[in-house]
Amino acid sequence: MRWLHYPDAVRASRIDLPHEIMKTIRIGNGAGFWGDNLDAPRKLAESGQIDYLTLEYLAELTMSILAHLRSRDPNAGYVSDVPTVIASCAPALKAQPGLKIVTNGGGMNPSACAKRCAEVLREAGLSECRIAAVSGDDLLPRIDELMAAGETFENFDTGAAFGETRPKIVSANAYLGAEGIVRALQGDARIIVTGRVADASLTVGPVLHEFGSGFDNLSLLSAATVAGHLIECGAQATGGMYAPWTTAIPLANVGYPIAEICEDGSLTVTKPSGSDGLVSTATVAEQLIYEIGDPEHYLTPDLDADFSQITLTQDGPNRVRVANASGHPAPPRLKVSMAYQDGWMINGMLTVCGPNATANARAAGRMILDRVAAAGYQLARTNIECLGAGDSMPGVRLPGPGSEPWEVVLRVTAHDPRREALDRLAREFAPLVTSGPPGVTGYATARPEPRRVLAYWPTTIDRRHVPPQVVVRTAQEWLA
Amino acid sequence: MSDTIRLGDIAHARSGDKGNHANIGVIAWTAVGAEYIGRVLTEQRVAEFFLPLRPRGVERFPMPGIHAWNFLLYDALGGGASRSLRIDTQGKTLALAILEMRIPRPSNLDEMRFASEDLVAARPQG
Repeated sequence: MRWLHYPDAVRASRIDLPHEIMKTIRIGNGAGFWGDNLDAPRKLAESGQIDYLTLEYLAELTMSILAHLRSRDPNAGYVSDVPTVIASCAPALKAQPGLKIVTNGGGMNPSACAKRCAEVLREAGLSECRIAAVSGDDLLPRIDELMAAGETFENFDTGAAFGETRPKIVSANAYLGAEGIVRALQGDARIIVTGRVADASLTVGPVLHEFGSGFDNLSLLSAATVAGHLIECGAQATGGMYAPWTTAIPLANVGYPIAEICEDGSLTVTKPSGSDGLVSTATVAEQLIYEIGDPEHYLTPDLDADFSQITLTQDGPNRVRVANASGHPAPPRLKVSMAYQDGWMINGMLTVCGPNATANARAAGRMILDRVAAAGYQLARTNIECLGAGDSMPGVRLPGPGSEPWEVVLRVTAHDPRREALDRLAREFAPLVTSGPPGVTGYATARPEPRRVLAYWPTTIDRRHVPPQVVVRTAQEWLA
Repeated sequence: MSDTIRLGDIAHARSGDKGNHANIGVIAWTAVGAEYIGRVLTEQRVAEFFLPLRPRGVERFPMPGIHAWNFLLYDALGGGASRSLRIDTQGKTLALAILEMRIPRPSNLDEMRFASEDLVAARPQG
């Protein structure tokens, strides 16, 4: 692999160079999940150090939550942070005509999200801004048709057949790759709002488009895929969650990650100048290994990537070069994430203080379950934890507190098919303040509420059944 | 001098979830440390350490370019993000736990500690 080295002066002015001689594109990711820091995208956009801002919002079960929201309101079902973030980035979009935003926060309703973004952009005076909605991932209305075409949707983790789960499915989404994003960019979109596009593909799309490459350019695709993986969780690449972290690494103003990708497949990870955090071979290594299985086969819709031989080199302060990613063409089947209704879950907490806090808390937890049982409910699954006494890792031998803790947080969790059984459990926390062991306090929050369990059903589908659909319109046209 | 050390004396780590499976990446500070970890941190040893979490099995994968070993702990999360009754539904704290594991003190421990202070210290802004 060949490295391109730019003098600092050129690197600093790269944003002003015309496209023909632009050798690197810079992609910053400002969100790693729905609920991530709302200021991070704006700070990346305003840094002037990126060409593309990506926003990754979809965890495995986020789609099922969005499906539930859309079932109650046909104009809902997208990540509500998206229009807020787009509004915050509007000044940067005006000041930097080349800046583009790619997000999978369209969730279960990319076109409704695009319309809402159009309103926000029109209000900001950007009526001509072109917005794309990329969909085609939603398989829920097509399950019967797809089964007739030979898809069986067995669980790829457990091998279980689909039959009994089929009637309980509430969402079913294929993981789309970068193709729809590339087509949107070819249609001159500046804001691209997608459904369930794979995390890394948010980065792969811009890279393929900018360098005019196809899915046969495996070295570029490999670099873009690892870049996407490294930045998809936001500040986890720049000092957040870093195991050896100390207060010597401030994080209050942590910089979110930027991937600089050259045409030849060379890749550098960095963060905005003047931001907190740390980009070192160690922080990047932790993110490289995060949530991967067999490193020789990191499967995305775009590539069967091989991360096993990757090397990292510190290339100046807060700059890490990433080399030796490789890959094979993507497999013919795409991952599908389904969610099915699986009863109800609840958790409630109380603080228990004093001598014997741990033993007293455990006894209080059992009292709660005994009282629910006495009311006629044998709960299907329950768990009692004493947080502060080592129960986050129950039974694993870890260095604990030197002596019995003065206080622990009692946490009781239950899962049951019957909502009313958990409503009964919810009532049993508060009475312990007066009718339980001494030292029970901290009942400062409202009575806990049961929540629907939307369980995860991973499966696959032939990619030929899932063509992406792309609509590109100006903000004005979206609102016409 | 103790005849054991913490795994965290020669490595750092990160963990997370893949459905009901957890992964723990153990990253040695040096190549020498990675080689040593490869000998002492077997699949069997990791399975025993996390036995109370009842993993169905443990599989180990090398990542030599970053001096790391990736451990997959199958069905170790009590149902995963959607169904687990535990506080740590996604296995995010497994990394800190494994770093507390006691392993035999190697004679060449000095070759396994931080390669450079730069790796943990905040550096000047670029």
